[in-house]
Amino acid sequence: MVTAEQVWEALADVPDPEIPVISVVDLGVVRDVRVEEERVHVEFTPTFLGCPALEVMRAQMAERIAELGAEPEIEVVLDDSWSTDRITPAGREKLRASGFAPPAPRGLGAPQLVQLQSKSFACPYCGSTDTRLENIFGPTPCRSLRYCNKCRQPFEQFKTI
Amino acid sequence: MVSPVFRRVSERAQLLLGIADDELILGWRDSEWTGIAPFLEEDVAFSSIAQNEIGHARALYELAARDLDTTADDLAFDREPDEYRCARLVELRLPSWEHTIARHVLYEQADAARLERLKASGDAEVAGLAAKIDREEVYHRLHAEMWFERLKDEPRFTAALDELRPLAEAVLDPSLRDGHTPELAELWDEMTSVRRSQPTGTTW
Repeated sequence: MVTAEQVWEALADVPDPEIPVISVVDLGVVRDVRVEEERVHVEFTPTFLGCPALEVMRAQMAERIAELGAEPEIEVVLDDSWSTDRITPAGREKLRASGFAPPAPRGLGAPQLVQLQSKSFACPYCGSTDTRLENIFGPTPCRSLRYCNKCRQPFEQFKTI
Repeated sequence: MVSPVFRRVSERAQLLLGIADDELILGWRDSEWTGIAPFLEEDVAFSSIAQNEIGHARALYELAARDLDTTADDLAFDREPDEYRCARLVELRLPSWEHTIARHVLYEQADAARLERLKASGDAEVAGLAAKIDREEVYHRLHAEMWFERLKDEPRFTAALDELRPLAEAVLDPSLRDGHTPELAELWDEMTSVRRSQPTGTTW
């Protein structure tokens, strides 16, 4: 019989298909793993509701659990239990190292326009906070576009939600 | 093709369907700017907003579908146009940028008030989903705020706001939703064409 630890380990190999440097465990979207005899029940939350990566992640998690010889049961939970504060410290570092600025901590509330337009976001390449907002939206729902005035490099900023 | 189940829907399902229909139809309308927005950043922004709205619609339909013993796709695409519960504001085909931004500002304002109400609901599933949706809507509101600041003194924009404002009330008050614009039927035809053309037995 598989253990919950083995399942968590296996899920740590399942990448986010749109940002493959980070796994579903790093992202903090796996809410619960329960092993009941041969059946493994996983609860997970989408990051953004319209994210097409959802179906891919779900299928890959099921596949990894099946490889352990267990019967996967993946439940998508549509509650409010996920925020970008759930991304693990290791996950944040992996994002930064591959050129995605990790999300700012949520702090006291929802982000404000003046905050996004301020120079408080660090460039993932040179670390300068002399950066400006180019677009609130980006190539996927979870990212904004910024530009670093110091190293003259555009970069993608993970949105805080 | 239309199951009688849609005609006797629970109060909760009615509420969810109204909001889901708003988000689905607005998502389609927003996606119409993909490739032809005034500049590239807005192509990206409206495509992303459209993707979010359709994602919200899917989650809301899924909740309603459970109550109605059907599927989100059936709810989204297998009803007749007059069975949709969306507000007229989201149905309009608005090929002018000032009208699009005016609708964006008005809708996001009304939607924010609606989400606040839903977050306070005693129904934990509805409140939880509303809170999750609201995390994403924050960015739509920031985008609308940015454009409002940019255009607020432009007469073409203020005229568009005045023109569309009366339609925004129905976003918050479903009792004001009395019938649809002809644009909805046209959009429905386009939106459901792939699904209606499927050979019998196709699964998605």
